Amino acid sequence: MSEERLAAYWKKNTLLIGGLLTLWAFVSYGCSILLARPLAAFKVGQLPMGFWFAQQGSLLFFIGIVLAYCLLMDVLDKAYDVHE
Amino acid sequence: MGVETLTISIIILTFGLYFAIGYAMQVKDTRGFYVAGQGIPAIANGAATAADWMSAASFLSMAGTVAFLGYDGTIYLLGWTGGYVLLALLLAPYLRKFGKYTLPDFVGERYYSKAARALAAGVTIFISLTYIASQMRGVGIIFSRFLDLPIEWGVGIGMVVIAFFAILGGMKGITWTQVVQCAILLTAYLVPAIALSLQLTGNPIPQLGFTFSDLVPKLNRLQVELGFQEYVAPFQNKPLLDVLAITCTLMLGTAGLPHIIVRFYTVPSVRAARYSAFWALVFISLLYTTAPAIAVFAKYTILNALNGKTLTEIQSDPDLAWAISWQKTGLLGLQDKDQDGKLQLRPNSATSDIRIEQDIIVLANPEMTHLPTIVTALVAAGGLAAALSTASGLLLVITSSISHDLYYHLFNPQANEKQRLFVSRLVIFLTVLIAGYFGVNPFGFVAQMVTFTFGLAAASFFPIIFLGIFDKRTTKVGAMSGMVLGLVFTSTFILLEHFCKVSLAPYFWGISAEGIGVIGAFLNFITTFGVSRLTAKPPEEVQQLVEFVRIPRNLRLVPRTPFNQKNYLLPPGYGSSTEQQRAT
Repeated sequence: MSEERLAAYWKKNTLLIGGLLTLWAFVSYGCSILLARPLAAFKVGQLPMGFWFAQQGSLLFFIGIVLAYCLLMDVLDKAYDVHE
Repeated sequence: MGVETLTISIIILTFGLYFAIGYAMQVKDTRGFYVAGQGIPAIANGAATAADWMSAASFLSMAGTVAFLGYDGTIYLLGWTGGYVLLALLLAPYLRKFGKYTLPDFVGERYYSKAARALAAGVTIFISLTYIASQMRGVGIIFSRFLDLPIEWGVGIGMVVIAFFAILGGMKGITWTQVVQCAILLTAYLVPAIALSLQLTGNPIPQLGFTFSDLVPKLNRLQVELGFQEYVAPFQNKPLLDVLAITCTLMLGTAGLPHIIVRFYTVPSVRAARYSAFWALVFISLLYTTAPAIAVFAKYTILNALNGKTLTEIQSDPDLAWAISWQKTGLLGLQDKDQDGKLQLRPNSATSDIRIEQDIIVLANPEMTHLPTIVTALVAAGGLAAALSTASGLLLVITSSISHDLYYHLFNPQANEKQRLFVSRLVIFLTVLIAGYFGVNPFGFVAQMVTFTFGLAAASFFPIIFLGIFDKRTTKVGAMSGMVLGLVFTSTFILLEHFCKVSLAPYFWGISAEGIGVIGAFLNFITTFGVSRLTAKPPEEVQQLVEFVRIPRNLRLVPRTPFNQKNYLLPPGYGSSTEQQRAT
């Protein structure tokens, strides 16, 4: 494998990680904590939205984020022929 | 059958199962002993990681803590799950590709330094020993609570069980036992929760009952009537910035805990490492999204059943028999302090007639919902599974740090397989004794010690592992100075606060000891990054190691200098020669 190709693979990998971690920070630090007060004006079911994110929603997002990473990396690994 | 007989039978049954697995999974080499021969499927490793992670405290106390903190309990719910996203995306796949036995292995080889390995081993041992002591204590407490055994007896029984399957089966025995323990503890946690949810909300899924029923609004109103704040109101116990700092510290600490990190060495491939992080998060979230539901259900049930009643009313009501039986254990206090005949819960604990200890939120569930006694027995077995699984994972990490990193790498590199395996088993035995000793004689400040472990893991390991993978330029001197600064800063802050009652919080925007690890991690990060740029580049072979861990397949890079196979390829038997040929 050439160094250029490795660099390209690595760049795509870090971009993907960066994007997913931005979402991770947005739901956990953003929606659950920093925006907890303003989001209390909205509801999810019977719960204020900030509270829902803090005690239920963020965890569901975390699972989704990790699953998305696994699936997208499967595609990326195959595209660059570096899968095991 | 009485509750006690049933509890004993179920405990004996589960322990028998653990023994059988330990016996069946005997290992003969160090690779089997330290990393289960790298043959654990992703979903099984996920379950084992989850069992490793969910401790006696998660099982028994977390729902109670959330019930009392309300919204602010979110620091634990987010902090102890969000770290798995960091693990899955930033650490696990690359550490698996590196493919050795311990966390100090990575630190020592990436930073080409025996001193770095020794420091990492020292911190690993300190963190894990602190943590394991509270698990052994947990085993003792569960035995004393459910079977009226003295705590020392319970700790002793726990020591024998763990020593047996860990000494025989090493990581392989521990892993498969943890898979079973994960199933037991989740069942024990979910069954009473489902019953409670059905009873109160009509919805069998606790998470849905919690979100969509009118129970939370009802609890809000009840709390306000009693003079508390609404249950859902944020930042009642801690200011916003502290909630943010604690959450972040717990996340970084989770991603830096050695006993969790080594779990990802045990799977067969990089892909499996990613998926096992996913499965771990699924299993953990099953418990962590149920906990806040239990918190609300049980708190509402207790307040609604007891508040405003007279003591005689409670004593004569057969539906409230649980209140009397838990009063006897001291977890529930009912005393009419103002002599007005009625029991009233008040925000001030000095004048409140009702005193509720946190653990009752989980423990009293089966009785409050009038479930058959077998469920109570199951809860006892679940709590024991949670404590034992966490303790065994920690035990292995302590053992491998001592026998692999300190003994083999630093003192006796000539040791053969047999000697290394013997030393490992001896160290397990000794560590069990030490952990048992601290279980019987706990340090005076167990709660703060757990805080300490997360702060230290966040401030020492996370930044240097992350930079070790993502920044090729990071050097030995950089990482060592960052790690030392992070450790010194965080421990000084916490120890000053605890022993000298001197709080440095005002100088750090009011961040408490629990959340200070994030500042330590930040200092570590910028120091490592900065100093690395002032010192000479890492040697060529270390830079190649970084490139090696970044790609999943065992490829060789098209040449700069010949790849040093001896150092960086995986242990014998891993990968096929055809694959390596295809690679070049």
